[in-house]
Amino acid sequence: MINKILKKRILIPDRVSELTIHAPHIARNARPGNFVVLRLTPTGERIPLTIADRDPDNGTIVIVYLVLGKSTALLDTFQEGDIILDLCGPLGRPTEISRQGQVVCVGGGTGIAAMHHIAKGNYEAGNSVVSVIGARSRDLLLFKPELEKISSKVLISTDDGSLGHKGFVTQVLEMFLKENPGTREVVAVGPVPMMKAVAKVTSAFEVKTVVSLNSIMVDGVGMCGACRVSVAGETRFACVDGPEFDASQVDFDELMNRLNAFRSQEELSMKLFKKSNVK
Amino acid sequence: MTKKKKAKISPRVKMPMQDPAKRGRNFTEVALGYEREMAVNEARRCLQCKKDTCRNGCPVEVDCKSFIRLVAEENFDQAFRVIKDTNSLPAICGRVCPQENQCEGTCKLRPTGHPIAIGRLERFVADNFYARNSCEQETGFLECVMPDDNLKVAAFGSGPSSLTLAGFLAARGVKVTIFEALHQPGGVLTYGIPEFRLPKSVVQREVESLEHLGVEFKCNFVGGMSITMEELFSQGCKAVFIGVGAGLPRFLSLPGENLVGVYSANEYLTRVNLMHGYKFPEYDTPVPKGKRVTVFGGGNVAMDAARTAYRLGASSVKVVYRRTKGEMPVRREELEHALDEGIELEILASPLSFHGDEAGSLQKVLLQKMELGEADQSGRRRPVPLKGQELELETDLAIIAVGTGANRVLTQTTPGLKLNKWGNIEVNPSTGETNMPMVFAGGDIVTGAATVVEAMGAGRTAAREILKRLK
Repeated sequence: MINKILKKRILIPDRVSELTIHAPHIARNARPGNFVVLRLTPTGERIPLTIADRDPDNGTIVIVYLVLGKSTALLDTFQEGDIILDLCGPLGRPTEISRQGQVVCVGGGTGIAAMHHIAKGNYEAGNSVVSVIGARSRDLLLFKPELEKISSKVLISTDDGSLGHKGFVTQVLEMFLKENPGTREVVAVGPVPMMKAVAKVTSAFEVKTVVSLNSIMVDGVGMCGACRVSVAGETRFACVDGPEFDASQVDFDELMNRLNAFRSQEELSMKLFKKSNVK
Repeated sequence: MTKKKKAKISPRVKMPMQDPAKRGRNFTEVALGYEREMAVNEARRCLQCKKDTCRNGCPVEVDCKSFIRLVAEENFDQAFRVIKDTNSLPAICGRVCPQENQCEGTCKLRPTGHPIAIGRLERFVADNFYARNSCEQETGFLECVMPDDNLKVAAFGSGPSSLTLAGFLAARGVKVTIFEALHQPGGVLTYGIPEFRLPKSVVQREVESLEHLGVEFKCNFVGGMSITMEELFSQGCKAVFIGVGAGLPRFLSLPGENLVGVYSANEYLTRVNLMHGYKFPEYDTPVPKGKRVTVFGGGNVAMDAARTAYRLGASSVKVVYRRTKGEMPVRREELEHALDEGIELEILASPLSFHGDEAGSLQKVLLQKMELGEADQSGRRRPVPLKGQELELETDLAIIAVGTGANRVLTQTTPGLKLNKWGNIEVNPSTGETNMPMVFAGGDIVTGAATVVEAMGAGRTAAREILKRLK
């Protein structure tokens, strides 16, 4: 049945899970970089989530979510066999992948899941993938085994030093770029402050850098303009012009500000949800 | 006609309205519709002219003269069938068409200032009919036609052009599937036009009546992404219609435009209409609630946004327009409704920049005062800045309603489709066919932003041509 959750894998209890969903038409046409918009109930909102993987033969896609607000908290109550009311996609422009040797893929937090699909696309296109991933501690590090399969190297950082370098992904990235001056492309997916920091690091090395933006969206098909970002001083829509943009041109501060636009309503929604969902 | 005869003509029957003082704060429909007796009296004013110019004024060529005669004879069901012969969406058209420029604009009684209220009569007939149930009553045909599965046609987008196309084809036995990107059908009728002007139940009813005819709606399918043109033809589709509209909102390219508190009318109206944001937190989608709201633009969408903001509790709503009231493209009736409800106009003014507080939230907008100069190519007098005259407006919510452009999702993912310099699809105007064989297009994606009924006219043109080719 369409939009049925076939498999649920808890990656970090109560925080991050992975769903494998039956959606043949999305699986058939999805490419790395694409996302879906989903809605869970008739009174629900539309939220965008990146496609972390796809299997066109089995007609499935994989999404990974972080419990952040009401909608993701509600999604977390869904189990195998449940149906997603509305699932729309694939959306957004796919990542531009060309065969060019080596690509450095940087992922932070839940962004590692989205980065995984891009890394896999590069691997399948014949590029050598260097994955640079970071999280607060080793238990929060996603997709490490999956990335190890397709990467020539997986470099790790944790805030608490429980695995790999103690510190941020950007520090690991900087070290790597110093040691590998021929690096031609970096792709980064993660929290906005991380992507902003990556852009700052790579600009010193003059490496082409692409970031995938997670702006607020309503329709996801270029109709509302909620997701607009300033890129090279021009207004662009993350849903149809992106979600990937040249990192050196993105106004990250404006993006952070716009992501906070509905903060107080989101908190209220979450509070009411917790109250009604007490078991 | 002699002067004496003219004097005899009675004024058009007034439309009952919700009281402005009340309606400005609720989302219930403003115009309440004719009662039976009012409709009959209004229909009896019709001169039944030999040459029915009213029909020519209608993009879908409703046989106004006949249906009005039938209303005068109190044969409402037959009147419905006459309308439904050419118009798939009468309850919608009766509400949102700019009748004053179309059927009523060409009515012989127009010079008297009291043309026949054709739109109101159409609405009455449709509402009266839909108040009951049964296949025949839903569709206007004596028997429901069984669609032929070998005659498959697909349409992208479920707005007025595709709905019209589907109604026309399905009634003639063609199996139509409509793909809609959003989770609910109707396009602009659903996400754009507010409840108080077009209740969603009316749209829903029109959609259901098409479903009774065998039209299939597939929501959450994005043309060119979830399903491509190629896939459709390889699945046995005989023709594809593109009716994806002009949803891409235009912005002003001014400093501060991306501050929190500045919205496109599309986003604002989508949050309210499609997502029911006005019922937050019962519904999950929040909507910005401004106290002092400014809306930029002078069309129907600007007025819809302004009236919505007022209903959501704004203390003042100003519509900023760079020409004067007389040049506003909004329907006169809607402008009057808005003014009655308390919307204010700030005419001869154009935005210069938006300013926010330290947290990045909108606080005020700077306007440039204008005057009218010479006429430009559009025939309207061009607004010219009045040097040194600027105006500051305190505002915490700005809504930009200065038009929309072509939605690019489908056109970008369908290589080979011929577009014009604005990104709209080029078609043969007499058939609706694009440069790709058996691929048709119509509505705003072809013409740029226009009216609901013009889009319907395009859907009808394409449907006629498709039928000709199929049979």
